[in-house]
Amino acid sequence: MLNMLRSSGVLSEQELMELPGVPPMELVEKGPVAVIECAEMIPCNPCEACCPTGAIKIGDDINNLPIIDAVKCTGCGLCIAACPGLAIFVVNGTHTKSEALISIPYEFLPLPNVGDQVEALDRQGKKVCMAKIVQIRNSKKFDKTAIVSFTIPKERCMEVRHIRLS
Amino acid sequence: METELAIVGSGPAGLAAAIEAAKTGVKVTIIDENPRPGGQLFKQIHKFFGSEKHKAGIRGIDIGHELLEQCEKLNVQIFLSTEAWAIFDNGKALGLKHGNNTTEKLNTRKLLLASGAIENPLAFPGWTLPGVLGAGATQTLMNLHRVLPGQRVLMVGTGNVGLIVSYQLLQAGADVVAAIDILPQIGGWGVHASKIRRLGIPILTSHTIKEAFGNNEVKGAVIARVGQDNKVIPESERKLEIDTICIAVGLSPMAELAQSAGCQITHIAELGGWTPMHNERMETTINGIYVAGDVCGVEEASTAMEEGKISGIAAAESLGYLQRGKANGLMKESQESLNALRAGPFATQSKLGKEKLIERFHKC
Amino acid sequence: MGLRIKNHPILGRDLRKDMVSIEVDGKVIPAYEGEPIAAALTASRIKVLRKTKKQGEPRGIFCARGICTDCVMTVNGTPNIRTCITPVEKNMKIETQEGLGKWREEPK
Repeated sequence: MLNMLRSSGVLSEQELMELPGVPPMELVEKGPVAVIECAEMIPCNPCEACCPTGAIKIGDDINNLPIIDAVKCTGCGLCIAACPGLAIFVVNGTHTKSEALISIPYEFLPLPNVGDQVEALDRQGKKVCMAKIVQIRNSKKFDKTAIVSFTIPKERCMEVRHIRLS
Repeated sequence: METELAIVGSGPAGLAAAIEAAKTGVKVTIIDENPRPGGQLFKQIHKFFGSEKHKAGIRGIDIGHELLEQCEKLNVQIFLSTEAWAIFDNGKALGLKHGNNTTEKLNTRKLLLASGAIENPLAFPGWTLPGVLGAGATQTLMNLHRVLPGQRVLMVGTGNVGLIVSYQLLQAGADVVAAIDILPQIGGWGVHASKIRRLGIPILTSHTIKEAFGNNEVKGAVIARVGQDNKVIPESERKLEIDTICIAVGLSPMAELAQSAGCQITHIAELGGWTPMHNERMETTINGIYVAGDVCGVEEASTAMEEGKISGIAAAESLGYLQRGKANGLMKESQESLNALRAGPFATQSKLGKEKLIERFHKC
Repeated sequence: MGLRIKNHPILGRDLRKDMVSIEVDGKVIPAYEGEPIAAALTASRIKVLRKTKKQGEPRGIFCARGICTDCVMTVNGTPNIRTCITPVEKNMKIETQEGLGKWREEPK
C-alpha cells in the first residue's frame, strides 16, 4: 500500500494518477482544476466543506479520500488554503499555448512579488525549471496560507509543486 | 477554597471538559503550572485536521483562544502558574502551590486529571550536549518564545511531530539538513512528509544517529544506515555539520499525579506507556476521579477534546446538574466522534490501545 | 542570521520593543522582560547553562517546559532555577551553575 509514499514521502506517478482527488490529464489540460494529492485515510474534510460548487466529495466517513468532480470544479482555489495538509493545488494546463498556471499554498516569508522569476521545484524539492509569479492571494479567510500562482512550461504541470525564491 | 469540579491541566482536554461542565452550572476550577493556558495548543501553529466540529482548518493557537474565550464566558476559574502537587482524600482535595510560592488546599467534589504527556528522550553518545533537545521543546522555543534553538538541524524521528516541527523550523528560518527514522518507513502522515520533501528536506528511513559531537555544544552528528535488525551497516556512516538535534521519538503519558492519587495504572505500549485505567465515562478506578487527553493515551488534540467533553458531561451528571438521559445522549455523540477519529488506518494502534485500556478497567 | 524570529509567516512580527540588560557570568546581554531566561541566553547564543556535578559536563535546554531540570542556573544568588520557565527581570545576575550550586547564605 503506497510504498513510495510511505518510504520516501513522495507519491510515485502511478500512486498519484490513481488518486480519486487527481483528475485525469485530459481534464487538467482543459484546466483550471483542483488536484488533490491526498492519498491516505485520515479523518479530515475541510476541502469538502469549503468547496462552493460541491466539486469535492468525502461523505459521512471523514476518513474517505476526497473525490474531485473536475466538471463542477471552477478552480477557485479556496481548497488550497483550506487543506490542513497543504496537499491541494490548482492546475490550469491551458493557461497559454505553452504554459500552465499552477497555484500552490505558501506559508513562508518573504512572499514573492508578482513578476518575479523563481525556481520551480518538484515533489522531491529538486529544481526542474523556472517559474514566473503571476498572482499572490493573501485573503484574511485563508488564515495566513497565501496562494501563489505562477506559470511554467506546460509539460511540467504535474511535476511542479513548490517554488524557491532566488 | 471550594469548588465542584477541579481540573488539573488547561490543555484541550481540560478546557473542553470545563466548558461542558460549566455549561450545566457546575463550578469549575482549572489548575495549570504554566503561566499560559492551552497546553500544547499554543505551539501548534498549523491547521488542524478532522471535521468542522473538531475545529478542522483552524490553527491550534486559534482553537486555544476559542476554548479560553468560552471558559471565560462561562466563568470558569483558572489558576495559572499553580502546581497541583498532591491529591488527598481520594480526589476530594488538592494541594496547590501558587506562583508566588504560597500554598493552599482546594476542596472539590470531582477531579479531572488532564495533565498530558512528556517527550521521550533518546540516548546516544553525545546526547547530553547542549544543542540536543526535544522536538516539542523546539516548538516551545520557536512558537512561544520566538527564538530558534540553532540554525542547522537534524530531526530524529519522522512521526507527525518530527515532520511538523521540521516544517515549522523552516517557517522560522532554520535549515533542516535531514529527518531520519530507524524504521524503513516514515512514521507520520504522507501529507506531512510530502510537504517537507518538496521543500528539499531529505527524509532518510532506515537510519539511526550514532553520535553527536562538539566541544561544549553540538557541532555535528554521525548518522548511519541500519539493516533489518536495526544494527548499523558498517561503512555507511555519514557526518553531518549541524548545531541542533531535535528528538521526536514519541510521547509518554504523565501518569504520576493519577498514580499518587491511587488510581490504578497499566502499561499499554499503543498508548505510550503507563496510563491510568478508565471506563467509557473517563472515570478511573477511584470514583470521582476522571482522566482525559494524552494522560490516558497519547493521541491527538481532537481526541483530547472529545474525551474532555465526555469527562465534563460525566462529572456534571454525577454532580446532579445533568439528567441521565441528556448526559447519555451527549456522551454518545462524543463517543461517535471519537470512533470516527479513531477509524482510520493511522489510528489502529490507539484504537486498539483504548479498547485494551477499557477492558482492563472492567476486569480489575 | 540571528536566532530571534523577528517576523514569522504565522506568528507575524515581534511587537516587543524595549529590551533590558541582564548579566550572564559577568557579561551583559540584552533580553525582553518576561521571556524565559533560557530563551534570552539562546538568542545570545549561550547554550551551556550548567556543568554536571561529577564530570563537569556541559548541559543546556532539553525539554523547555520545566520538567527535566537540565537548564538550571544560579539566578541572583539562588541555585537550581529552571531558566526555561523563569521570566527575565531587568538586571538579573545569572551564573552558569557548577554542580548543585551554592546558596547565597549557608543554611543554619
